[in-house]
Amino acid sequence: MIEILDILVSANFWAAALRIATPLIFGVIGALLCERAGVLNLGIEGIFTAGAMAGWMAVWLGAGLWGGVAVAALAGAFFGLIHAILTVPLGLSQHVSGIGVTLFATALSYFIYRTALPEVSSPPRIEAFQPLDIPGLSDLPFFGPALFRQTPLTFLALALVIATAYVLYRTPLGLAIRAVGDNPAAVESQGLSVYAIRMGTVVAGSAIMALGGAFLTMSAFDAFFFGMVNGRGWICIALTVFASWRPGKALLGALLFGAFDAFQVRLQTEVGSFIPGQVFLMMPYLLSIAALIVVARRADYPRALLVPYFRGQR
Amino acid sequence: MIRFEPRGPVPVSRMLLVSVAAAICALVLAAIPMAFAGLSVFSAYGLMVKGAFGSLFAFTEMLTRAAPLILTGLAAAVAFRAKLWNIGAEGQLYAGALAAVAVGTGVVTGPSYVLIPLVVLAGALAGGLVMLGPTLLKTRLGVDEVVTTLLLNFIILLFVQMMLEGPMQDPMGMGWPQSEPILDDAALPKLMARMRIHGGLIVALVASLGVWFLLKRTVWGFEIRAVGENAAAARHAGIPVTATFVRVGLLSGALAGLAGVGEVAGLKGYLTADLSPGFGYSGIVVAMLAGLSPAGVVLAALFIASIFVGADSMSRATGVSNYLADLIVAMALLCVLVSGLFLRFRIRFVGAPAAKGSTP
Repeated sequence: MIEILDILVSANFWAAALRIATPLIFGVIGALLCERAGVLNLGIEGIFTAGAMAGWMAVWLGAGLWGGVAVAALAGAFFGLIHAILTVPLGLSQHVSGIGVTLFATALSYFIYRTALPEVSSPPRIEAFQPLDIPGLSDLPFFGPALFRQTPLTFLALALVIATAYVLYRTPLGLAIRAVGDNPAAVESQGLSVYAIRMGTVVAGSAIMALGGAFLTMSAFDAFFFGMVNGRGWICIALTVFASWRPGKALLGALLFGAFDAFQVRLQTEVGSFIPGQVFLMMPYLLSIAALIVVARRADYPRALLVPYFRGQR
Repeated sequence: MIRFEPRGPVPVSRMLLVSVAAAICALVLAAIPMAFAGLSVFSAYGLMVKGAFGSLFAFTEMLTRAAPLILTGLAAAVAFRAKLWNIGAEGQLYAGALAAVAVGTGVVTGPSYVLIPLVVLAGALAGGLVMLGPTLLKTRLGVDEVVTTLLLNFIILLFVQMMLEGPMQDPMGMGWPQSEPILDDAALPKLMARMRIHGGLIVALVASLGVWFLLKRTVWGFEIRAVGENAAAARHAGIPVTATFVRVGLLSGALAGLAGVGEVAGLKGYLTADLSPGFGYSGIVVAMLAGLSPAGVVLAALFIASIFVGADSMSRATGVSNYLADLIVAMALLCVLVSGLFLRFRIRFVGAPAAKGSTP
């Protein structure tokens, strides 16, 4: 028991939790935006991979770190646009299109990486984002190391949560996004274009998802590995349901998830010899399924989610 | 201005045409990444055709690769027919392989006419049971099966790794994470001397016949199609929707499990955690290219298998990454999705709005 308490009161643990949560925050916010507009985006897993590869490669080729972040977002927007075209004006199956985008984005990222770097045994490294040292805040006891010694992308993720909540609930644009996901015909009758709002939201959401991938190669690690996304995208889709499509709850869900993951890594060092490591590695996926089961009954899906809208049809 | 006008029933010939067009479209689009990698497109495709059809060995290799793709393709096709989104064929494949190894490595002994059916049944059962979980979560609690089946892929692969490093590790395996070898009497027979082609292909072809018969000629098949068309209407018409989902889930998982049996008891002879290069995910592409029809699945699996085997061979010859194959397969999925529009709609390019006579 004492060991568990020791873990929970260490600043190190909370810093790790926030670090692990960061890519999930980007992913859940992106997925939540798409779904609020009525489009399930299963391209997320591939968009994570594309963002991770594109951002890393831009920096490796000489761009600045923020240039790399921009390239990652553009890559995400590109694959989001494919998904948006297939699912919004063409009204094709969102499930199949999403899986297709994931397969396409993953294969394209791997192919480009292998073509650019055919014969490397160890992946080349870049100079990744370093934790910020904020004068005053970073030196606070406990809270300094726990919260204020993160890399800039973590703060960007937190800012995005606030911005998304503001846009969704306090602006006409947000009202329109929520409305196309609930009652697109009503939006059309107001003279707004359902297609434009849905497509724009999917593209923007996909760009945000890609930042989660970029965090992996430009903050958490400093290189690109095959299979490094490892289901994080799917976990985000589960967390979106868990968060009832609300940015605040999405942040909470991602943080809980990060805390649990950081906790089990530390627990593993305590009891690792008795339990195989794979049991701990399974935890995030099992936890995601558990989260889905918990909220399944009262999940308040956007009413027009998965329903294609055709102009002039009822 | 483009107008979509709904079409009536689709003749088989047009379905075939649309899939072939999508496949060609993917091959044409693949010229862009090939040129990017510095390949001469025509000679690269020449190498790929040679790699998949150029010799008896190449051809049997292609058929060997097609066997698991037929089974995972059927798994996706059956499930998608009922709009049960089973994206977990990869995990179910590993569950089937694990069960085959658990039964076929010496726990039970006997003549091959006992052991082979036992191994095949164990694999099918394991795959089916894995899919039963997400299916029941969907029907009982309303949990979306897409995410649960996707997440299960990761859980099962980790479970397989755990078993291969623990209780099921081969004590004679020099510490490698691999299972004990399948008994000779439990292994699927080879179909040709000195080739790798094995009985898994027979299993796959029999399975596609069986699925065709089920969908076309039985009440259960009718119910599956009815639930897929409109679950609410099917329920209203007295079709047992929940039971149908459970049957479809079990069947779909079992088919994917059989793919794992073939790979481990027909091809490799023992289980490792890198048994499948994504057969479960490629199966989705196979099913979509096939228009979800069992006969089409066989043809589409042959196409996808020749892309993979051809690209491997081309990659060895030119040094260009064989991720090109995954790229072509992914593009084929997106192309067939779009070309499906031509099946359901007559697409009219309408010139001026005035031509419709709606404006005075």
